[in-house]
Order: sequence, then structure tokens, then C-alpha cells
Amino acid sequence: MKALVLNQVTIMLRASHQALIHDLSLSVAPGEVTTIMGASGSGKSTLLNFIGGHLDPAFVAQGQVSIGDRVLNALPAEARQIGFLFQDDMLFPHLSVGSNLAFGLAASVRGRRLRRERVEAALSIAGLSGFYDRDPATLSGGQRARAALMRTLLAEPKALLLDEPFSKLDQEMRDDMRRFVFEHAREQDLPVLLVTHDEADARAASGPIVRLQG
Amino acid sequence: MLTALVAVIVGGGLVLPIFVGLAQTFLPAFGILDAVGGERFSLEPWRKLFALPGFGTSLRLSITSGLVATFLSLALAACFFAVFGGRARQGLLRKFMTPLLASPHAAVAIAMAFLIAPSGWIFRLLSPWATGQTYPPNIIIVHDPLGLSLILGLVVKETPFLLFMMAAALKQVRVADHLKMGRSLGYGRASTWFRIIFPQVYPQIRLAVYAVLAFSLSVIDAALILGPNNPPPLAVQTLRWFSDPNSAMILPAAASAVLQLLVILGAIALWWVAERLIVLVGRLRIDGGVRSAWLEPTARLIGRFTVILVGLGIAGLVGLVIWSLTWRWRFPDALPEAWSLKIWGAVAGEWLPALTTTALIGAVSTLLSLCLAIAWLEAEDRANRPRRGLAAFVIYWPLILPQTAFLFSLHIAFLRTGFGGGLVSVIWVHMFFVFPYVMLALADPWRALDRRYARAAASLGHSKGDILLRIKLPLLLGPLMAAAAVGFAVSVAQYLATLTIGEGRIVTLTTEAVARSSGADRRIIAVFASLQALLPMLVYVLALLLPAILYARRRGLLGDQA
Repeated sequence: MKALVLNQVTIMLRASHQALIHDLSLSVAPGEVTTIMGASGSGKSTLLNFIGGHLDPAFVAQGQVSIGDRVLNALPAEARQIGFLFQDDMLFPHLSVGSNLAFGLAASVRGRRLRRERVEAALSIAGLSGFYDRDPATLSGGQRARAALMRTLLAEPKALLLDEPFSKLDQEMRDDMRRFVFEHAREQDLPVLLVTHDEADARAASGPIVRLQG
Repeated sequence: MLTALVAVIVGGGLVLPIFVGLAQTFLPAFGILDAVGGERFSLEPWRKLFALPGFGTSLRLSITSGLVATFLSLALAACFFAVFGGRARQGLLRKFMTPLLASPHAAVAIAMAFLIAPSGWIFRLLSPWATGQTYPPNIIIVHDPLGLSLILGLVVKETPFLLFMMAAALKQVRVADHLKMGRSLGYGRASTWFRIIFPQVYPQIRLAVYAVLAFSLSVIDAALILGPNNPPPLAVQTLRWFSDPNSAMILPAAASAVLQLLVILGAIALWWVAERLIVLVGRLRIDGGVRSAWLEPTARLIGRFTVILVGLGIAGLVGLVIWSLTWRWRFPDALPEAWSLKIWGAVAGEWLPALTTTALIGAVSTLLSLCLAIAWLEAEDRANRPRRGLAAFVIYWPLILPQTAFLFSLHIAFLRTGFGGGLVSVIWVHMFFVFPYVMLALADPWRALDRRYARAAASLGHSKGDILLRIKLPLLLGPLMAAAAVGFAVSVAQYLATLTIGEGRIVTLTTEAVARSSGADRRIIAVFASLQALLPMLVYVLALLLPAILYARRRGLLGDQA
């Protein structure tokens, strides 16, 4: 795996040219979690949207995003290979838990049996064995969060963006989930960028911390 | 790419023909028409129009019935939510009004005519014990010279429509919280509703209100069935002038069609000014902290009227079915003496083909409109910007235009290009009206879909087409089906478009029901009118059932089906 690199990134409101993110450069090494902290409205989520290729047209951005020496700026979101976890799990409500994961699983994995096996394996890692046909709405918050992470990892991303993914979980669930996410990211040697305003998230990430002025 | 394609289809297929039709109406309205030797600009058609017998009365009838029906429908819908909003009974009533929502204006008008006529159900139920009559009283109720029954028919049909649009808009307002807040500050339920919630809802339904206003000012089918006959409202009169054997009548007829457009624009302007005045007065009263205790009983009274009205509408539709199954029904019996399917059998040779044609035109125009709407909204998503003023205008302007102002001329233009009279051109013209209603039903849910679903799918490596087919469309299945049901109902209801563009050779349930509505045998009229109501209702039911069945095991989706 290669590092996720931001080079002199500036994000402005299109209308007023007021800068939310000013000249930000950073490099996230593989297997490392860099935490970006800042009050709400400081542009943390906007930064992640920019990196992932989802920038809202209300903003304009300059600067370069790359993974290793592959520059991502010109690529559409679906070609960037950047996994994204949101505050909500965003499991597709019309698909079963298993189909949600299969939707993430890279198309290069061919054959019904093989794909099913890969999904079942991911489910069992998430402690969700036997949940393939379940309706996502019947899962607990923690189960849904784990399923969402598995869906993201099955797409074989080259980097992971986390947009306050723990903030809606119960206190005790939060520690488990943090450990679960960080362990898997490290295991796969992914560069991870975490956005949060919870100091405990930053401590658990035990990586560099960038503070944005709000 | 997609944006350009959508722009070309909508521009060339929907906007241009209407524009051509309008232009071809304006020219003869100012004296320019080769066919009758008119070459120069002149105001003669207008002089002729103003001098035609009954013109003034027709104009007055149109304006009063349109304004009064729209105002009453809005007041009834608003008071209903002010009284019942946020309560359990609200959901029940919304289920009950679905048949009225689905039924074409003509069917509702016939249903009301059968209900309120001297020999109608209401008099049968009241006779002889309350009226003392054993024969139908000899009074004029339907076709009354003041247009009161026409207003009733319009209100019965438009109130459910506004209720439906308001219910959709209310989803975006925190009604319960605001009600609680208002009441804790000493305002009654209705006072809070009209001061706090209605102002948030109204901007979202303004377009629907203008559409109701424009429709009521230019309605033809319901006016033929319930309205005054001699002289009739201006729209009906315009239709008569256009079909006058004397082709010189086309000139004043065109002037009349242009006048109708002006009347609609004037009425909308007037309405807009009234909105501003109400806002102004409302501000003063809000700043003054007036609690308006009188509003509570008034709103409760009107809200109950809404319920009664919806009940009347439903009773009317049930009455249609009963009439169609009647063999003998003596006055003043409450129910038929002898029931039979004989009438259905006797006119099967006529209703079966009409039913097939109606279903075919409805299905094709709805499907095409739905595809176009999906393409439009997806193009918006891809261009990453919502509609702008002009685009919205392009979609919705057919809802504001009087049909007489462009349909006759469009038909002539079709004839010149060798395109008249066929099924294809009727389907095409139906789309002028189906597409805007499909957009009206689909655009808000589409735009409200959490964008993060598409983002999550894109970050998993899926292309835009894949996301559309596998994520967005399945997630929006409920709204898509609802939009299809609305579109189909709009197509079934088209009267003038089918009649003029189809040259009377394309026979649908609606053209047939309206044509027969002046006939003597109520049972035959009832066959066509009840079919006309039942067909779109069936589609509504299917549209509700399909997502519920497909997603029976997906709790996360069932919440927003209603």
C-alpha cells in the first residue's frame, strides 16, 4: 500500500471565495490513522468529500490529492478506490445485509459461489455469520456499523476516509468499533484519514493529529 | 451528454409544439389566417368576440367559478390540516381520498351530478320523509345558471389534490414540535397552524395552487357535465366557436382562447397580490401577538366540511358503480329495486375498445414520461446542480396554460405536417400534461434521497449508470410508482387533448363518458364513468402494493411508502 498525500489543498466557497481549508499538505502513511479535528463548520467533512471525489458544487478546490504517485483529482469518485464511512452506516435499505456486502465486493471476484464465500467470510469476521439474508433494518447499531465497514473493505480500497463514523454509536459500542475499524485498516495496511471532534477518537487512533481552525 | 439529450427531447418534443400551437392561436386572434383570407393585423376578431351573444356572461362564469373553486379548495384543505394535522384520523382520511385523487374530473363531475340531481341519491334518501316528494322535484340543480354545481364538482376533485400536495410538503416541516411550541405560548391549534406551519408549507404548494386555479378557469369536461348550458363558461363556449361550421368563427374563437390565457395570467397575478397582502396583514397580527381564539371553532367547522365533502365525493363514486349495476330504480327508493349486469353486457362492444385504448395511451405516455423524468433528474444529479428558473418553467408551463389556447392550432399544424389523428400524436400530446405531473410527483422525493447512498456506492467503485439502476431507482421505487399512478390518471382524464388531436376517432373512456353524459340512460353513463374512475384507481392500488410486496422484508424502506 501507498501513502495518501494531500499537496497544498485549498477549499473555498464558490460564491464568496472564503477559504474553509487553506493550503493544507499532509501525508498519511499506509497503516497509519491521521486524525483531523475541528469544530463543526470548519470544513472537515468538505475536505473528505473533496478527497473522495464528492465535492459539493457550492465549493471550489485547488491542490493535489494522490495515492503514492497516482494523482486522483481528475478521476470520478468510482475510479478513485477510496473507501468512505459516514456518520450513518448508509447500508442500502432495499438490499439484504449480504447483498449490501456483495455490492461492495470487487467485480474482479467472479462466480456466484466464490462471491458468496467471500461475503460470508467477511460477515463472520464482523460477527455476523448467518446474517446474509437479513434486512439491514433489523440489525443493531453496532452490527450495522460493522457491516458497513466490511462492505467498504470488500471493494479493496487503497485508502479509507472516516467521517465521524463513531459519533452515533453508544458509548460502550464506540470503543469496540474504533478497535475493530483501526485493526482492520492496519491489517490491510491502509492509509486512514479520520475526521472527528471527539478527542477520544483521536487518542484511540494514536496517529498524527491535524487541527483545523473553525 | 445526458443533459443535452434531455434538453433536446423536452425542448423539441414538448416545448416547441406547445409554442407553435400558441403562436398559431395568436395569429388568427389578430386577424391573420390564410384559410379565411386574413392577411393583415386587425382587432376585428376581438370586436366580433365582444359582440357575440352571451360573451360577457360566459366570461363572468369562468372567472367566478374558477376563483371561488380554487379559494374554497385551498381553504378546505388548509383547515383540514389545521384541525386534524398530526392526528391519527388524518391517515385514514388520506386513504379515503385516494379514489378521488385517481378519478378523472369528468367521472367526479358525473358522480356529483348523479348525487345532487333532483332524481339523485341525496333526494332519494331525503324523500319522501323530509321533502314530501314522491316524484323528483322539478328544480334545476345540475347546470344551474350560477355555476354552483360546477364549483361543487371542482372543489370535490381539487380539495383532495391540494390535501395530497400539502401532506407531501408537510413532511419537510416539524409540525409536532411547532404545534407544541405554539400551544405552549397560548395559541390554539389552528392559530399556530396558520401562523407558523401554513407559511412554511404554502411556498411549496404554490405551483399546485396556480395549477388548480388555471385548470378551474379553463375546465371543459366538468363544465359540460355540471356547468350552465346557455351561455356556458368561456372554455366551453370557445370549444363551440372553434367547432362552428362557419369557418370565419375561428377568428373570434382564437381571440377567446387568447383571452382565456390572459384571464389565467390575470387571475394568477391577482392571487399573487392577495398572497402578499395576507402576508402583510399576517405579520402585523403576529407582531401584535393576537391569539385569535375565534379561529379555532371556525377552522374546526371548515375542517369538518372537508371531511363531509370527501365523503360526498366517495359516495358519488360508489353511486356511479351502483347506477351501472341497476336494472330498475324507482324514485324515491334508496337503492335499486332490481340489479343486473345487463347494461355492462349491452354496451360491452363500446366500453371494451375504449378501455383498451385508454389503458394503452395511458401506459405508453406514462412510461415515456417516467423515463424522461428519470433522465431529467439524473442529468441534474450528474451536472451537480438543481433546476434553475427557466428549466422549472419549461416543465410546468402546460399546467398553467388553457388547453384551448394551443390544442386546436396544434391540431391544424399536425394536419399540415401529415401527423394528425393517430394514436401516436394523441400519446405525444398527452405527454405534455403527463410529464409535468410525473415531475411534480417525483422531483421532491428524488432530490430528498440522501446523496450519501450514491456516494457510498461510488466509493465502492460503481459507475453512475450502475448506481442509478441498482441503488437510486430501487430506493425510489415507491415514489416512482406513485408518479406513474399520477401520470396514468392524468392521461386517463384528458378530454380536450384526446378529442381534438384524435379528431374524434380515438375513443377513450373519458371522451365517451363526456359525450354520453347528456344522454338519457343514467345506467349507460354510469358504466363509462365508473370505468373511468376504476381504471386509474386500480393503477393506484397496484402502485401502492408493488413496493409493499417487493420490500415486505425491508423495514428500512417501508417507512416512507405512504
